Amino acid sequence: MLSLVIFFPLLASLPVMFFDPKWNKRIWVYGTLIGALEFVFSLALLYYFDFSRVSEFQLVEKYIFLGLKDAPYFVGIDGLALILILLTTFLTFLGIVSSYNYIKHQIREYVVSMLALETAMVGVFSSLNLIQFFIFWEAQLIPMFILIALWGHENKVYAAFKFLIYTALGSVPMLAALIWIYLNFGTFDYTYIILQSPSLALDVQKWLFLAFSLGFAIKVPMFPFHTWLPDAHVEAPTAGSVILAGILLKMGIFGFLRYSLPMFPDAFESFRVLIAVLSIIGIIYGGLMAWVQSDMKKLVAYSSVAHMGFAMLGIASGNPIGLQGAVIVMISHGLVTGALFLLVGMLYERRHTRLIREYSGIGKSVPWFSTFFVIMALASIGLPGLSGFVGEFLCLLGAYQYEPLWGYLAVPGVIIAAVYLLSLVKRVIFGELDKESAQMKDISAREAFILLAILVFVIWIGIYPKTFLDFTDGVSETISTVLYMK
Amino acid sequence: MNFWDTLVFITVGAPFVGFLINGLFGRKLGKFAGWLATLMLLISAITGGYLAYSTLFGGLTLDRDIYLWIAAGDLKIPVGYILDPLTGVMLFVVTFVSLWIHMYSIGYMAEDEGYWRYFSYLNMFVFFMLLLVLGNNFALTFVGWEGVGLASYLLIGFWYYRDAPRQAGMKAFVVNRIGDAGFLLGMFLIFALFGTLKYSEVSQAVINNVENLNFFIGLAGLLFFIAATGKSAQIPLYVWLPDAMEGPTPVSALIHAATMVTAGVYLVSRISFIYSLSDAPVLFGVPSSMLVSYIGALTAFFAATMALVNNDIKRILAFSTISQLGYMFAAAGMFSYSAGIFHLYTHAFFKALLFLAAGSVMHAMHDVLDIQRMGGLRKKLPFTALFMGIGGLALAGIPPFAGFFSKDEILIAVEKQPFLFWLLVITAFLTAFYMFRMFFMVFFGKPRDTHLYEHAHESPAVMLIPMGILALGSILAGFVGLGGEKSLWSALLHDTFTLPEHFHLSHSSLPMISGIIAGFSGVILAYIMYVLAPNIPVVMAKVFKPVYIILYRRYWVDEIYEFIFVKTLYAINKWILYLLIDRIIIDGTVNALAWISYAFGAVFRKLQTGSVRTYALWLVFGFLILIGILTL
Repeated sequence: MLSLVIFFPLLASLPVMFFDPKWNKRIWVYGTLIGALEFVFSLALLYYFDFSRVSEFQLVEKYIFLGLKDAPYFVGIDGLALILILLTTFLTFLGIVSSYNYIKHQIREYVVSMLALETAMVGVFSSLNLIQFFIFWEAQLIPMFILIALWGHENKVYAAFKFLIYTALGSVPMLAALIWIYLNFGTFDYTYIILQSPSLALDVQKWLFLAFSLGFAIKVPMFPFHTWLPDAHVEAPTAGSVILAGILLKMGIFGFLRYSLPMFPDAFESFRVLIAVLSIIGIIYGGLMAWVQSDMKKLVAYSSVAHMGFAMLGIASGNPIGLQGAVIVMISHGLVTGALFLLVGMLYERRHTRLIREYSGIGKSVPWFSTFFVIMALASIGLPGLSGFVGEFLCLLGAYQYEPLWGYLAVPGVIIAAVYLLSLVKRVIFGELDKESAQMKDISAREAFILLAILVFVIWIGIYPKTFLDFTDGVSETISTVLYMK
Repeated sequence: MNFWDTLVFITVGAPFVGFLINGLFGRKLGKFAGWLATLMLLISAITGGYLAYSTLFGGLTLDRDIYLWIAAGDLKIPVGYILDPLTGVMLFVVTFVSLWIHMYSIGYMAEDEGYWRYFSYLNMFVFFMLLLVLGNNFALTFVGWEGVGLASYLLIGFWYYRDAPRQAGMKAFVVNRIGDAGFLLGMFLIFALFGTLKYSEVSQAVINNVENLNFFIGLAGLLFFIAATGKSAQIPLYVWLPDAMEGPTPVSALIHAATMVTAGVYLVSRISFIYSLSDAPVLFGVPSSMLVSYIGALTAFFAATMALVNNDIKRILAFSTISQLGYMFAAAGMFSYSAGIFHLYTHAFFKALLFLAAGSVMHAMHDVLDIQRMGGLRKKLPFTALFMGIGGLALAGIPPFAGFFSKDEILIAVEKQPFLFWLLVITAFLTAFYMFRMFFMVFFGKPRDTHLYEHAHESPAVMLIPMGILALGSILAGFVGLGGEKSLWSALLHDTFTLPEHFHLSHSSLPMISGIIAGFSGVILAYIMYVLAPNIPVVMAKVFKPVYIILYRRYWVDEIYEFIFVKTLYAINKWILYLLIDRIIIDGTVNALAWISYAFGAVFRKLQTGSVRTYALWLVFGFLILIGILTL
């Protein structure tokens, strides 16, 4: 079952290459269908998953290929992997649906890239074999690189290479660490290594922790490794940005939760303050950067740096509250920032500019679009009742519980969030309607469907977060126990 | 769900349903949108009124959890409600005043193209306000707290296509967020100390631990008071409220006078156990309760001075609101929470009335706000003049109007602190003066703009009836406070608040006498200056020009804030943080590293010529260098 969810998109996408390139409509229909089916398959995981033991790996599959006994094909999911897989299939599906008008050329290649990317992402979340994880981790670079380089904007080649080299560079130490682990433990089996690695000497742990975490930190991205993000976002096509912000960044956080923390708890203890400090800088700095942007996509990109800062601060706290907060921030940010990128993309499709000063008072010409825009902005600000608040609140509370000073230092971030997002709303949605925007069409039924689908979950998380917290409460509990036993 | 659950559910749910229906389909409902919203409020006011009655007269107290909202680790936040006399008063004030303001709005907003949108927001506001006062834990109060902030933001910026409202809306939200940060930190601290956010449990824990955690409890008090200074527009965060007058006038009456801005006073009273029991110095060497009183009294005074010279009919009332809220805090900080809440309750009537009357004037004057263009309007707007007069007398503290009783209670509360006492007495004088300066300039004397005057007309019944009801309230509401400590009011709120040990009030008649003198002399002076001898103010403005300018420019506080927190910060951000650090230093380093490795690659690529002879040459060359190094 799990393997089906992992490989279905990739395998199902291959026939597309034999389609006539002129069959635009059929390619879109086919791609959408695959995306939808994949989402349904991932929902089926919910049925097979036993929620009474979320911290254990379930739906495990293990096969030995090519006689590689030390590195079998090995997958399984706990609650954390499951919720991220669901987020992945959901956003990928919406990403494909959102692209009909945006992608005009090489549609076949586009659909294949999206679906291949989906396989890589689901693979990352479900791998229990370290080298297999690494392969999926690296594999998602290729389709993402293609997405940016082929369907991006003016500076697409620069941004694509920057993304590729920066993130690939980050994983070189990880590969070295993997080799070291194999030489010492004789296996790549995560379930075995996780039991052994915490007893490694502190010095060794520290090196391994850093080697793993550099790649994760770049992915998150943590300050000061964040500068690839605005470039990649600005150049990427809309759906690329949605996936990038919605899923790829989460892989970094996921890496910390799955690998860096439980595998090297002593090392985490030594780097905890460093992580917290970088996170707090990220929260404040990301927000301040977002405030001065003139390009909407850059603004949203820098806001991601701030939001991921909240998640990392929750992780630095290491207690269940903070860890649960980090998970909710991940989900919420994936939905809300995904929606904001979609909204900016819709504006771009209509007016071919992302510059804030080109817009004014569009609330008058596109009221429904504006309603969604304002709601998503408010969710991003962290207004209670919507998803953003729950995660931020838990992260800050967890941080405060561990070290009150972190709470005091990070809390201005919630003020800054209001400043940059409301000034965006003020300039774009409010004000006197500009001439060019007066002719804009309001959202279509297809666009409304995408936004509504996201909005349902944004409100659901806001008023009944328990549904989502239940996925990972056992996982967070387990991780924090490992940290505190030490 | 039991009986009370159902009632609470209807009270809170009705405005929410109204919000949804109007928000989604309001465009198609036409004029019905307003009546629908008012109907929802009527339902809410009936059930809410019954709940209020049961808590105040039926001895009902309840604390019920409905469902678990957020649970993580040892954190458990329920969605649940609390019913006690304090909530009862708030329920009554919120639903009652909201009902009449909804009705008034039907007339006031009749011509507006955003009619349905307006009522949708207004219903949403009431929903969140009820959540705020009913929530049985800090987090749920915070939900309401932020929700009313959102409603306020949307309604201030209701005419979003104009520049001033959109700026004012954003200013209100951001300034409030500063306070909200205090609220968040307060919650974190409380949770870190006691592991719970429920009022009932925190209250018990504070009582049990106040000796060893004195300072931290006081710190929590300070943090929550920071939140209150945002929402209730106190120094230093009051600057958003005058600008909030850009919203429609009934919104100013409901949100920015009667209900939302009093949330801070409600919060301080709700957590009376913190202020009453912790006496450790937390800031400027004084305990948090003292800080509440001093900030409140100073705000009351400074806001009143700014109202003295303003010519904008709504902004005068805005400064007055800030000032009156200051009174409430002054009392609450001296542990007379019941006096603070009493003033909250009377103020809701008369200030809402004043705003509605101001709205009626604006309605007649085609949205002119400048009182220097009005005059003699009592002939054209007899009812409005009467209502504003009643509201004004209540605000000025003239017996037997509502404001007199509650202001008297506050003066009694602060009597032990001579500085606070006399500051508030002087402020009472200023209040009466600025209020009647406005009143006389608008309704007495000769019309200053004959064209406007000619076209002025009295408002329709749908607007006059609500004003009449609130006017009745402004006359009668105070009598429940008759008899001081033996009054009905004291009996109703008995045991609702936690008080420090040995708390007692003085019984001297000084507060009442000085309050009455201050009120009357203010009104009389205004009458002399603006009716009998209207050239005095002109002369005074010339003689005391520097003072006049300082007050007129509101001590330049807005400009200073703008310069420091907006312009300077933005410039530092843009030029130093973004361009220098982010783009040049951080990203520059990244690109430089890439460039260096590229350059290295380019150099070494040249070395790889593929020619064996070149390699041999390099081999010899390197060998020679090696020998050279070794021999040296």
